[in-house]
Formats: sequence, structure tokens, C-alpha cells
Amino acid sequence: MSIQIWSYLIVGFTFALYIGVAIWARAGSTNDFYVAGGGVHPVMNGMATAADWMSAASFLSMAGLISFMGYDGAQYLMGWTGGYVLLALLLAPYLRKFGQFTVPDFIGERYYTQTARLVAVICALFVSFTYVVGQMKGVGVAFSRFLGVEFGTGVLIGSAIVFFYAVLGGMKGITYTQVAQFCVLIFAFTVPAIFVSLQMVDHPVPQIGMGGNMSDGTALLAKLNQLSVDLGFHEYTKPNKPRIDLFCVTAALMLGTAGLPHVIVRFFTVPKVKDARMSAGWALLFIAILYTTAPAVAAFARTNVITSIDNVDYEQVPKWFNSWEETGLLKFEDKNGDGKIQYYNDQNEAFVNGVANERGWEGNELVTFDRDIIVLASPEIAKLPAWVIALMVAGGLAAALSTAAGLLLVISSSISHDLLKKWLMPKISEKGELRAARIAIAVAVLVAGYAGYNPPDYVAAIVAFAFGLAASSFFPAIILGIFDKRMNMQGAVTGMIVGLVFTASYIIYFKFGGGTPDQYWFEISPEGIGTIGMLVNLVISLIVSRLTPAPPDTVQELVENIRIPRGAGKAVNH
Amino acid sequence: MDQNLRTAYWRKNLMYLSCLLSIWFLVSYGCGILLADYLNQFKIGGFPLGFWFAQQGAIYVFVILIFIYVWLMNRLDRKFEVDEI
Repeated sequence: MSIQIWSYLIVGFTFALYIGVAIWARAGSTNDFYVAGGGVHPVMNGMATAADWMSAASFLSMAGLISFMGYDGAQYLMGWTGGYVLLALLLAPYLRKFGQFTVPDFIGERYYTQTARLVAVICALFVSFTYVVGQMKGVGVAFSRFLGVEFGTGVLIGSAIVFFYAVLGGMKGITYTQVAQFCVLIFAFTVPAIFVSLQMVDHPVPQIGMGGNMSDGTALLAKLNQLSVDLGFHEYTKPNKPRIDLFCVTAALMLGTAGLPHVIVRFFTVPKVKDARMSAGWALLFIAILYTTAPAVAAFARTNVITSIDNVDYEQVPKWFNSWEETGLLKFEDKNGDGKIQYYNDQNEAFVNGVANERGWEGNELVTFDRDIIVLASPEIAKLPAWVIALMVAGGLAAALSTAAGLLLVISSSISHDLLKKWLMPKISEKGELRAARIAIAVAVLVAGYAGYNPPDYVAAIVAFAFGLAASSFFPAIILGIFDKRMNMQGAVTGMIVGLVFTASYIIYFKFGGGTPDQYWFEISPEGIGTIGMLVNLVISLIVSRLTPAPPDTVQELVENIRIPRGAGKAVNH
Repeated sequence: MDQNLRTAYWRKNLMYLSCLLSIWFLVSYGCGILLADYLNQFKIGGFPLGFWFAQQGAIYVFVILIFIYVWLMNRLDRKFEVDEI
């Protein structure tokens, strides 16, 4: 059977599965809709959190990015996993004990003011919306590339599926669908990796195989270092970026992870405080399966790609090369007219003036080399059967859909719960709130689908925003709310606003305002500035809070209370 | 619950947190970033050590840290009788 037919079959089957699960797990109350009734088993919640967390970018783009960055790719690997340690130790158990529905709920109660709640709602909406647009675009790309449908139709089908189970099931439907999606995506990511590892280093575990020897007896990583240096790239296993930037970006991603509302809300869905801690552990374990396989996929693919095309006659390139050329993601231009492919680092001046000149090379001839190819083409490069490739498609779609659904829920609960119930219409009945939540999620799906169809050019640039803002606003406000009893409204609100403005201005200046990398403060890139924003927020909050009156007794009692696990009960609609 | 017990419970929790977070910092920012060049001269299972920490080891340690924390806190909750029934 052809790849196309396999793809239709497998994708069709997984979609039927998601819809079946959604019908089985319909939401009957706001409690079901926002926090899945608070009765999700920690292992299930771990899987759902993992699927929610791993987006189209983790599945499709991350390994590709790492294979081009080498050592420095660690900033994504550690940054997007290390935050779970902070979540498990510093946030999840206490927020579960607090026991409401959303992050703005916590900020609003703990800092006893609507201003704080409003700042939190705006941040939550902005962060989630930025993210969801990228997911909808990912759905469109996966559909159009593999199922031969138009990009727009792809977005439409994806939106329809999410619409169906998110509107019907709320958090309950989303959680159980995500469990299914996790199984699909992790299977789809690891199976090709195992095959490739067996082929290249004869070891079934990619995480170990990466350090193994190739059939000619040389160590894979040593060979990769050699290949990279020979083509003017930096050594694969050595850090290349300024160390301070690597440090700050890693930290910003970790702190951002721990401050992202769609991740935090996950820990409101388990029955007990104990389960909140436990399910953070399970979530990270499930995430780690993909995050430790990805660097292996990256190293294998990088070696494979270089050896199979370097200085090869264009007439004799492998078949996958031609099929990716057709998509426009890979483009060869014979600059020196020798009929061979020269792929090297033409930004490296010493290499260009030396080796490249001597050999008569006139520039890197792979003029387009999209990083996403690395993951998508790895089954083809390794000559795996068609069903494995179809599985990748289903996996990519599962990753995009599960993340989109989780984000849409945060958007809808921010509107129906935080804005309507807690601010504009406090007298709304539970039924009314549930209806509002469903309408909000329906509108959110439509807007996200439309934005995914016409993605603004700056989508990639604003991902730095999402993490930077979460790190510099939510993270310190929540941590101080739990660990510093003396923290008051004045301190937290000033800190959040200063942290936000500081981080946002730095990012805007360098991403949109024409700032150039040589103007970076201490070589810190906009992706890493959230770390400094977090520190600024922390210091300002502490200073201001000590100069202003202590918070009321009821709030101090609340803090005392969330520090003790006993008596958590279900998440309730206060 | 008595105020002294509360304080004692919280102190113990903070002590666990500082130990576990020190390890968290050490494996990721320490071994994975700041000491990377030094550690890269050693090898583990075919990997330069610094590279292994940055792309594999730190993540394994993260997972283990959370499960250790869960175990420590469940024990502490029972000892202070604040576990959920």
C-alpha cells in the first residue's frame, strides 16, 4: 500500500478514537468542564500533561533544531524538562491545595484585588493565544504535506475535530483524549528512532546507541564531530554560544514552563495534593521519553544527511532528496557548476577563504534546508516501510491537536470563569457559566483556526514572548504567594508589571524594533531575557512589600492553609 | 494544628527543597553548562561527559528528583499527620 493510503487509514483510525473517547467523557458540570471533575488518576494525568506539553514543535521541529545546533540544543532539552522539577516542588501541590480552577483565581485571591486578577487574565490569554496559533498552523502543514489536501482544508478539519471534543467534553473530554494522543505520538516518535538506531549503530535503544560505534568501528559522535569540522561547522559535542546566553535561555524556558497557565491548570485535575506531586513526576517521565530520544534522532540524522549528500553527484542523490525538493523545503543550486552538492558553512570566514577556496567551492549549495525535514524524513532516509511514515503523520497531528485543545481550554476558562463569573457577572448560574464556557471555547477555536490559516509572520518571534512573559510575571508572583507570607498586593502587582514591561520591551526592541545582536546586554538574547525579568520582578516585589502594610489576616491564614496537604477536597467554585 | 508543629513541618519541607533544588541546579546549569568544557574531556558510554549531561543525564536526574521528593513528602506528611485521608 502507498504512504497516502496508509496515512488516511491510520489518521482516520486515530481521529475516530479521539471522537469516541470524547463522547464517552462528556462534561456535565463546570467542575467537569474546567478541571475534569478533579478525579483524574495521576498516571493518566501525567500522560495528558505530557501530550498537552509536547506540541507540534516538540514533535516535528525540536530534533531538527538540535541537529543544526549540536551541543547548544541542550537549552531546549533541559529548558523544557527542568521546569517540571520546579512545578512539582514549588507550585503544583500548593496550588492543588488552594483548589480553584485557574491561575488568575490564585493571583486574584492571594493578592486580594481585581487588578492582579486582570493582569493575570491578560497574560494568560496572550500566552495561550500565541501558542495555539502555531499549533493550528502545524495541523494544516501536516495535513497538506501528507494527505494531499489544501493547507486551508487541513486547518479546517483540525479545527472541527478540536471543536467537537473540546466544546462537548471540556477538560474532561480533553484529558482523556490527550491520554490517547500521548500513546499515538510517543509510539510514532520512538519506533522510527529505534529502527534508525539499529541500522546505524546496531543498538535498539537510541539513548544509548547515540554513544555507540558505527559499522566501520568509529564512534558515532566522534565521526559527527569530524564531519562537522571538515565542513566548517563547529564541533557537535562542544558548546558554541556564549555560556551566559545558554544559561539564561535554559533558565527562561524552565521558569516559563513552570509559569504557563495551561501546564499549571493540569494539577487542579487530580484528587489529592499527593497526586499533584506524583502526577508531575509521571508527566516528566513521559515527556523524558521523547526528550531523550530527540537528541539521538538529531545526531543520527545529522550524520546520515551529511554522509549521504556531501560532495555527491546531483544525478545520484538518494530518492528522499528529490521528494523533499518537490515540497520546496530542500533546494539545491549548483553555484560552481560542477554537478556535485557542496554543503558547508559559508558563514565561517576562515573556512571559506581557506579550504572552500582551494576546492573551488562558491557557496553553500543547499540554499534551502528546512529543519523540519530531519524528523519527517528520517524514516525515509532509513528506508523504513510506508506504515511507519504514516505513523509519523498521525503522531504529528496528535501532538498539535492535544496542545491546541489544552490551550483553548485555558482561553475559554479565562473568559467564562475569570472575566464573567469573577468580574463582570458574579451572579451567573453554574448552567449559565457552563454555557458561556462552551461558547467561549467555540469562538476561540474559530479565531485560532482563522489565525492558523493566515498566520501572522511574527508567530515564531512571539514564542520567546510566551515563555519570557510567563517567567517574568506568573512564576515569581505564584512562588512568593506561597513561600513568602509577608508578600502583599502592592509588592506582587508592582513586581508583575515591572517584570512584564522590562521583558516585553527588551523582546520588542530586538525582535521588531531593529535591535541587532551586538547590542545585547551581556550577550543575552531576547529568548533568555525572561530570566533577568524574573529576577527583577522578585527583587522589586520583595522591596515594595516590605515598605507597605502586611496582607490581611485572612490572606495570611490562606497561605498557612495551602502549605498543609490535609483537607484538599475537590476543586470548588467559590 | 499546633503552630510549632506547623513550623517544624514547613522547615523540614524547605530543607528537602533546598537539597533537591541544589542537585537540580548542579546537574543542569553546573554539569550541563558551566562545567561543560572541563567535563567534556571525560567519557561515559561513548559520550563526552559534559555533552551527556546536557542532552541526556540532566533529564534523567530531573525525573528521579521528583520521585524522591514525592517519597520524602509522603513520609513527612504521615509523620506529621497532615496526609489526606
